[in-house]
Amino acid sequence: MKFLRSINRYFRDAFKSVFRNFSLSLASISCITITLIVVAISIVLSYNVEEMTRHVSSNISIVVFLDSEVTEDEIKQVKDNILRLDNIADITFKSKQDYAKETKELDPRFALIVDSWTEETIPLLDSYEIKVEDIDLIGETAGKVKKIDHIFSVNYGEEYIESVITIFGVVEKVCIGGVVALILVTAFLIANTIKLAIFSRKTEIEIMRLVGASNMAIKIPFIIEGSFIGIIGSIIPIVLMCYGYTTLYNYLGGELFSSSLGKLVTPLPFILYSSGLLLIIGLLVGMFGSYRAVRKYLKI
Amino acid sequence: MDLIRITDVQKTYKTGTVALYDVDLTISKGEFVFVIGASGSGKSTLIKMLYREEKPDRGSIMIGGINVAKLKDRKVYMLRRKLGVVFQDFKLLPRLTVFENVAFAMEVFNYDKKKIRARVMEVLDLVGLKNKARVYPDQLAGGEQQRVVIARAIVNNPKLLICDEPTGNLDPDTSMGIMKVLDDINKMGTTIIMTTHNRDIVNAMKKRVVVISEGKIVKDYERGKYYEVS
Repeated sequence: MKFLRSINRYFRDAFKSVFRNFSLSLASISCITITLIVVAISIVLSYNVEEMTRHVSSNISIVVFLDSEVTEDEIKQVKDNILRLDNIADITFKSKQDYAKETKELDPRFALIVDSWTEETIPLLDSYEIKVEDIDLIGETAGKVKKIDHIFSVNYGEEYIESVITIFGVVEKVCIGGVVALILVTAFLIANTIKLAIFSRKTEIEIMRLVGASNMAIKIPFIIEGSFIGIIGSIIPIVLMCYGYTTLYNYLGGELFSSSLGKLVTPLPFILYSSGLLLIIGLLVGMFGSYRAVRKYLKI
Repeated sequence: MDLIRITDVQKTYKTGTVALYDVDLTISKGEFVFVIGASGSGKSTLIKMLYREEKPDRGSIMIGGINVAKLKDRKVYMLRRKLGVVFQDFKLLPRLTVFENVAFAMEVFNYDKKKIRARVMEVLDLVGLKNKARVYPDQLAGGEQQRVVIARAIVNNPKLLICDEPTGNLDPDTSMGIMKVLDDINKMGTTIIMTTHNRDIVNAMKKRVVVISEGKIVKDYERGKYYEVS
């Protein structure tokens, strides 16, 4: 009963003092709000870049053209040999007839030419399209495929793809680094703001100590207060995140450069996870900030 | 029976200043003791050691069975619960009403609301501020504020009341009013130890007087007067 009463009191006191020290609470809250907005933007950026990288990666494949006079058995043999290599996710066969059909459909003028080909005179080649597991190793894998018999050429858009992968990798790393740095800076900044807020309540802590409040009993209300401030501070960033991102997504039609390369992350469930993350960051940072600030005044 | 027993206490500050040395003092239950001395004589250090704001370098300070000199930081609250402290500068919380300021000291113990309310009103009555319970500290006169502090200090029925120049900021008449309240509390059985510069108070009260000079207790009178000291 006594325990429940004290828990009840901790929450009541913490809630009251958020409003009693409103100007200072407001300072801490706005500090959290502003930094969490920046964190939210970084989360949106980094997650989208990651998504784009994944999208691009999944569309990259190695195209292997076989020699023009390969037999059915040799075609199978090539497939078996490729599958024996590491880093192969998927392999699909596309015959020269398939290519002929595709070409025919492109333009009626081509149809005349394609129709004139017979089984023997067809100038196209059979091929395999290979999807790799790790896109970073695509060059190495292509090199190994090249060494297999009955292969005419191996193609994966070397330079273009390599530069895309490198750029996305760098952007992704910068974004993640940015988010982590921002979270750290936020924690530090908020800890300092709360420290200032609590500094003005030194007397309160001093009196609490004088009348015989245990260190625990002093710390807990401040920590709860810090988490209230953190939660309140994360409301605006969360609202901005939910409405802002959904609106942006709808406005852009889900694509960034109106190409399949710049596909954006669909708002749901992305905004839910991100909002949860923002709330947790706000809460932890508020708690941690208060804890550190109070501890300073508890040393005797 | 001894409530406070100070033996061979010495305190040197980090700056090298020797604040107290060779201090031995015994105070019995129910006594009223004045500690007097010039500014910088060490009386504030002695008082601060009693509620463990300062720690002695050597010696022991026993208060009601607790060795304050060896008390760990995180256990200090156990000592503080047994005593009340009154300061010259009041240390009231300006955003709390008189009632809330006094109740603050009881809430630490998690008493139920009814009990807190009854006891707070009881002590406010004792210090003569029953009708000011809903007022904020800055709406009160200095003497009234000090009465609130006294009410807060005694609300938990401490065995010992420590007063560090409680009348330092008050005019003579108001000071005598405060002394009357303290005397009443003392008569109810609470031991009081008080530092002061006010010779009129010491002379009027005719209580035990301990004189500190340059970090050492130099005189200890049973029913002292200020002029005998200086």
